[in-house]
Parts: sequence; structure tokens; C-alpha cells
Amino acid sequence: MLQYILRRCLISIPTLIIISIVSFILIQLPPGDFVDAYISERLIVDGSINDVDALRASIQAELGISDSMIVNYFNWISGFPKGDFGYSFQHQKPVSDLIWGKLGLTFLITFVTLVFTLITAFITGIISAMKPYTLFDYIVSFFGFLGLAVPNFLLALLLMYLSLDWFGTPFSGLFSPEYLNAPWSMDKLWDALSHIWIPVIVVGTAGTASQIRIMRATMMDELHKPYVDTARSKGLPTYKVILKYPVRHAVTPLASTIGWQLPELVSGSAIVAIVLSLPTTGPYLLQALQGQDMYLAGTFLMMLAVLTIIGTLLSDIILALLDPRIRLS
Amino acid sequence: MTSTNTTVPDFSEADLEKQQKGNDIFYASKKRLMWLRFKQHKVALFSAIMIILFYFVAIFAHFFSVQDINKFSAKYTYVSPTEIHFVDNEGDFTWPYIKNITRRLNMETLEFEYTTGEETYPIKLFHRGYSYMFLGLFESNLHLIGVDDGGVLFLMGSDKLGRDIFSKVVHGARISLSIGLIGVFLSLIFGTILGGISGFYGGRTDTLIQRVIEILMSFPSIPLWMALAASLPPQWSPLVVYFMITLILSLIGWTGIARVVRGIVMRLKEEKYTEAALLSGASNFYIIRKHLLPGATSFIIAQATLSIPAMIIAETSLSFLGIGLRPPVVSWGVLLQEAQSVTVIANNPWVLYPALFVIAVVLFFNFLGDGLRDAADPYMNRA
Repeated sequence: MLQYILRRCLISIPTLIIISIVSFILIQLPPGDFVDAYISERLIVDGSINDVDALRASIQAELGISDSMIVNYFNWISGFPKGDFGYSFQHQKPVSDLIWGKLGLTFLITFVTLVFTLITAFITGIISAMKPYTLFDYIVSFFGFLGLAVPNFLLALLLMYLSLDWFGTPFSGLFSPEYLNAPWSMDKLWDALSHIWIPVIVVGTAGTASQIRIMRATMMDELHKPYVDTARSKGLPTYKVILKYPVRHAVTPLASTIGWQLPELVSGSAIVAIVLSLPTTGPYLLQALQGQDMYLAGTFLMMLAVLTIIGTLLSDIILALLDPRIRLS
Repeated sequence: MTSTNTTVPDFSEADLEKQQKGNDIFYASKKRLMWLRFKQHKVALFSAIMIILFYFVAIFAHFFSVQDINKFSAKYTYVSPTEIHFVDNEGDFTWPYIKNITRRLNMETLEFEYTTGEETYPIKLFHRGYSYMFLGLFESNLHLIGVDDGGVLFLMGSDKLGRDIFSKVVHGARISLSIGLIGVFLSLIFGTILGGISGFYGGRTDTLIQRVIEILMSFPSIPLWMALAASLPPQWSPLVVYFMITLILSLIGWTGIARVVRGIVMRLKEEKYTEAALLSGASNFYIIRKHLLPGATSFIIAQATLSIPAMIIAETSLSFLGIGLRPPVVSWGVLLQEAQSVTVIANNPWVLYPALFVIAVVLFFNFLGDGLRDAADPYMNRA
């Protein structure tokens, strides 16, 4: 088992390196950079500047960047082990001061959503499979299809509209006003958790829908196998028959969805956060991308990918724990 | 060689025909079997018809729109959907008509209010309205429905500049529906080639391509799309932006198709007929063209259909955020930009109408894809 985990960890190292390169190239793609924008701003303010190259050099020196993308990349990546991710031009602060709070909230939302979708899919899938083609089953399938079809941001808009209609205030943000700028405490965490359910529902709907279908399908297959009949004929109570045998089988495919669910959840939460103005990564990434704040945008992009890689790694390990065939192959 | 004497049973032509009719299913071609299987999936069949209808409307957008989408009108900003009357003043059923509306400033709330007047305008079929170029071929002014001058028909209300939302939805369908098709077409090319190579050659090539797919899949797609879309210079023309967005969407969309193609190619490669072709000295290209592609086509089409909805949702989301398509291009995502603030939605909920179409199209494509996937392998027994 230890060997398996070790091997899985080693495989993800080259992936991480490639992701860092791709992230960095991506944010360099827009023509011009922050320095260009800054120079043109200065030129408007001060018409007497005529040596643009000298100005450019001085700004670059000040910001610690060079013309060469490769040099910039190595400057950026070599800081990673020390927890130094470069400097945000927009916010005039080191990137590391800016990202952790946002990433933490993104992680919180993603994690809560994942747990929510898994539990919902687990319970609903079992009930649907045990009572197929009943009203409950049809309602679940109906909402499942609808959940897959409604874009996340639309669901967020709709919930905002409904909350305005019902409660008189639109839902937005993740904290009550009194906690907005307060330092982290148990009360603040509790406050966040009491607000978190809307983004969790919005982000989780599509994933839950597909997971319920998977859980239901495997359960339906397993329920008709002879070992279930055997267990029944032994006189086991129904809940024991179900939970002890077919559910154990059906949980593996469910757990294997975590791997591809995570990137979707992270990306879903990005767009939902922008609509609901949550203080997570999404809005800040968008801002950084539009402002060509390369180190900030690159680090966000990289960290989101890292988050999903770690998640996939964990799901692989869970899968290996659940199913010996995987860890031994 | 010894010749064996087989007695041919004495069947008349009619007998044979009867025999064939009863066992029709055993003689049916693969295409026919697929069609029979697909037909059983009633929802998929219905979805296919609806999708064809949507595309039909999109192609003849001008004919189906009620008003010129570029016609601003300060007189009619944020008008709620026009009420269509079916009963006249005497209480009898009549041809549907609408009443004219007039704007009035409410001096207490300082907001514009619209009141319906007494003049009636019947809704005319094949109405002569604003003129347009029919498919770029000739000028026409024929529209499916319309009302005479003086009355205004807003089937889904009007936007902040007094433009008809229904007509804009009809026009937006052109962009929103074609972006999915073109995007999937590009994904198909990338996916089939790379997945095919991966499955056919195996070994190192396979490992490399699979790693690339894994890395692409581990990126959260929306942030990645955001980064790519934000890198498009704002001064580019809308048409170039449109194609770039399509390309960006397909860059990530191909991975799913590549995986399916790889799986099928690997399976078909092990088939006896492929082996036989290889031993008879057929070239790789010949084998791919003759033996692998035909077997994989139906699966590829099903997978492609299933990946269209994701593209439509992605385009809508990006345009909604303001980093995808931008006005003057009309797409459903661009239309939803109006619905960005919750107060606008609260006052004018009809700006969300385009969303209904996004949801409907995505649902139909999902159902159609499900049906096609079931039909893709007609020899498999359905569970």
C-alpha cells in the first residue's frame, strides 16, 4: 500500500512541473504586459518623458522582471519551495500575502460541496435503485437532468433572485457584515458555514446529478445478483443485505468519480463566486487576468491545478483502500 | 476435393419472402438496427426533432424574428412581454390580437410605466415587416408573424435599449448553436487523430498522449478558459474572437473524444479481421480507413453529441462574464450579460428568457446523446 501511494505521488511531480509551465505561458499570452500598461499611463500623465526605453528598464528593475519569459519563469518557480510566489503589481503586495485566504475559502467550498454531493448521491442512489420506476425515482431523474442542464452561474442568479424575492435581500458574499474584516475565529468559521449552503448547492447540483446516476446504475446491477438472494434467504434484515454487500460494490465507482469531479467543482466554484461575489479565488483570478497581473494570475491558476491534483491523489488512495484489485495491479 | 451432395430444400419464392419477413430483424443491416434501437428511445427522438427545429429557426432567423434587433427605441425600454388576447370585448374567441401600449412617467416613483390602450392590432401571419437580406441572397421583408405599424409586439419583453428580446434570442441561436457544432467538429478532428494514434500505435506514443490528456483534464476548465479568453486582444474583430473562442473550447473538449476513440481502436485492433488485413499486407492507413473508422463512427458521433452541451454552457458562461463574445455579436451568453445585476432581474425578470433556451438546448442534446449512445452498439443487449 505504501509503495502504491509513493508511486502515485512520484507520478504527480512531472505533472506539477508541466502545469506550472502551462500556467505561466498562458498568462503571458496576452499581447503587451503590465509594464506596457503602466508606461502608457505614465506617458499620459507626464508628457515630457521621451526616453521610453529607460523608463521601461527602470520599471522592470523595480518590479524585478525581465524581458525574457524563461528568466521570469525561473525567478517565479524558484521561489515556490520558499513560499515566495512573486509580487502582485496590481495590489502592490507579495502574492503569498494575497492568495492563502482566497485559496482556503475555495478549498472549504470545494470540500463541503464534495462531501455534500457524495452523501446525497449515496443515499438518493440507493433509494432510487431499490425502488426503481416509482415517483421518487422519476423525481430524482427529473432533477438530475435539470441539474446537468442548468449552467452554474444561472442557478446562482436564480437563487439570488429568489432570495431577494422571499427575504428582501439578495444573497451574496460569504460572511455577515460584522465578520467581513474580522480575523479568523470559530465564530467567523461558523458564520461562513451558515452562508455556504447556497454556493454548495449551486456548485454541487451538476455533480450530484451524475453521481446519483452512477450510484443508481451500479446498485441496480448488483441488486439482481445471486449473492443478494442468498443473503436474503439467510434471513438477514433488508438494511443489512443492502448495506453489507451491494453497497460495498457500488461505492467504488462512486469514489472513482472524485478524481474528475474535483476539477469540475473547482471550476464551477470559480464562476459561481464571481456571480455571488464570494471572496474566493474566482473573482480575484478574473481581475488578475484582466489586469495582466502575471505572478498573481499564474499562482492562482497553478494553485487551483495543484488543489485538483492533490484531490485526485487522495481519491486514488481512497480507491486503493476500498478495492484491493487496484492497489495490487 | 470431394464434392458433397447437399440437398437444397425446395422453397418457393413466396415461402422465402415469408420467412424473411418473420425474421426481418436478423437480416437487418447495422444501420437499420441502429435506427430501430434509436427509435425506441422516444425522448431522444423528440429531442432530435426539437434540435432540428432550433437549427432551422436559427438559419432563417430573420424570417422568425419579429423586430429588427438593431432598432433602438427609447420609447420602449424594459417593456414586459406583450399580453396576447384571444377573447374580444364581446367575450367571443377571436384571432389573437394585442393592444397598443403607451409610456407614462410615474411622478411619485419617477419610473416609466406602460399602460395598455384601447387600439387593437391583430397578429398577422406572414407579415411584411422590416426588410433584410434572405440568407444573403436577396432582399425580403417577409416574417412569420408581426403586427401593423403602431402596435409593438414584444413576445419576451424588451431590453434596456428597447430591443425585442425574442428576436435577439432567435438571432443569438445562430452563434450559440453554431459555436457548439464547430467546436465539436474541431474537437472531433483533434480527438479522433490523437486518440486514434494513441490506440493504434500504443507503447510510448500512447503513454505520452495519455499523460497530456490527464494533465489537460486536471486543469479546472473554467479558470483555464478564463485565462485563454482573457488573452484575446480586445481590438480583434468579433468574427476572429468567435473563432478563437471556438478553438479554445475545443482545445479542452477533445480529451473526452480522444479517450473514447482510443478505447474503441484498441478493441477493434484485436479483432480477427484486422489481424487478417495486417497479415495480407494492408497498409496502416488502409486498416484505419477500412476497418477501424467504420466501427468507431457511431461511438464517436454519440460522444461528440454528448460534448456539445458543455461547449454551449461554456460559451454562455464566458460571454456572461464578459470575457467571451462581446456585443455587437448576439449570442445567448451575451444576452444574459443584461441579467448580471440582481436588481435588473428583480425588476425585469424577462431578461432571463434566453436562459430558458440554453437549458432547453442542453437538455435536448443530452437526451439525444443518450439515445445515440444506446443505438451506437445495436448488438449489445440493453440492461
